[in-house]
Amino acid sequence: MTTARAAAIVLGKELRLEFRTRELLTATVIFALVVVVLFSFAFDPTAAESRRYGPGLLWIAFLFAGSLMLNPSFAREQNNETLDALRMAPISSFAILLGKILANLIFMSLAELVLVPVFAVLYNLSLAGIVWRLILVLVLGTLGLTVTGTVFSAVSAHARMRELLLPLLLLPLLTPLLIAAVESTAGLFAEQPALDRTWLAFLAGFDIVFLTASWLLCDHLLEE
Amino acid sequence: MPASKNPSATWCEARRNALPALATQTAATQESIGVSFHNVEKRFGSLAALRGVSLEIRPGEFVALLGPNGAGKTTLLRIAALLMHPTRGAVLFTNRPAVGREHARAQAFSVRPKHAIALVGHSTLLYDELTAAENLTLFARLYALERISEAVAAALEDCGLATRAGSLVRMFSRGMRQRLAIARALLHQPSLILLDEPAAGLDRQGLTWFSARLAQLKSDGCTILMSTHARNESVDLASRAIALAGGRIEHDSGPNGDPRALLAALRAEQ
Repeated sequence: MTTARAAAIVLGKELRLEFRTRELLTATVIFALVVVVLFSFAFDPTAAESRRYGPGLLWIAFLFAGSLMLNPSFAREQNNETLDALRMAPISSFAILLGKILANLIFMSLAELVLVPVFAVLYNLSLAGIVWRLILVLVLGTLGLTVTGTVFSAVSAHARMRELLLPLLLLPLLTPLLIAAVESTAGLFAEQPALDRTWLAFLAGFDIVFLTASWLLCDHLLEE
Repeated sequence: MPASKNPSATWCEARRNALPALATQTAATQESIGVSFHNVEKRFGSLAALRGVSLEIRPGEFVALLGPNGAGKTTLLRIAALLMHPTRGAVLFTNRPAVGREHARAQAFSVRPKHAIALVGHSTLLYDELTAAENLTLFARLYALERISEAVAAALEDCGLATRAGSLVRMFSRGMRQRLAIARALLHQPSLILLDEPAAGLDRQGLTWFSARLAQLKSDGCTILMSTHARNESVDLASRAIALAGGRIEHDSGPNGDPRALLAALRAEQ
């Protein structure tokens, strides 16, 4: 079986499980909304302040939401040791990882779909004219977040204090990605919106490097 | 179908109807494989779970793996299931007896016959939030089975859960989960079957079904390695008994020996 086909089967399973329980999506969306709303009321920012601080707040909300969402990705396979069943199937380890990465990317994108319009309204920022460029930045940034998050979710799944371990491993590693994502988003929220190609290339490079690393190391990542 | 009227009373009958179809597929599609452990050690930090286990299980053998808790039975099975790497030593799979056949051994090094191995473990390896049919369909797809809906229906019929196909697994009793776990493990018609305390949670009907299923698999030529207690009746089907203690093989009735003396001695101890 091809990796793509196996990954699609794992993705289908992840989507079915999540849309049946709505455990991750509900918690993540509510948490991220609370962060955005709370900061909005705490600062009551002007349009200029929103342009200045908004991108950082937005990506902090995504990061916290991601930490919350990505942790159970592999941890919930521990319940009945279902990861063993997946590992025993005649499919590549990367197919398991890829299926979960794609599922997390979809869940994070859905959370962002709710969050970004609310953010724009609360912070008086217009998305008109920058929607497609913003989507490009969000997709590249979120892909980096989900790839690294899913990989470290696999690493920390067997650990005793995995809820603590995942952010500890993840946050330092994601700092360069977050800087690039915030800078790219800030460029789009400026009075004269512009997409900085250097930061965009950095985001794409980060994604490629971590996807390649996860492909090369997937057998070790999923081992006990 | 009788099973739909009263599932708890008639699922053995449904199993009897479904069994011949499954058994024929098993014999036809998979060649029996054996597994040999060469000086296998497994350490978890300072704890040695296995200490230099050397053992050859020939294709078609039914081996009962006995021993107290912590003897290393589960570790040995997980290594055979390719879920764990040994700290030292090697595990080889072969489709012929390896003794005296160096060429076959050399070939076996590169073989990882995932498609031919099944494991029934302590956990069910099932998703609680999927239905019985969804669980089986998921694994049928992962094993690239043909005629998936027919294979799933036959497996559910076989384990007596056809009428509960659409129920979430979390709604099942322990015994029903275990039957489904066994059905899931046998779905792809494996030829090397690893069973770790497989009868746990099964009621008397379930045990009868399980013993009949084991007998069928044995007659189909499947290689079976089952960790269990000597009390368990299904262990009487074994053609060989091995007792582990402290990560080492303490007794082995041998491939051509009679396991009954060892089983009787262990039963007397218990």
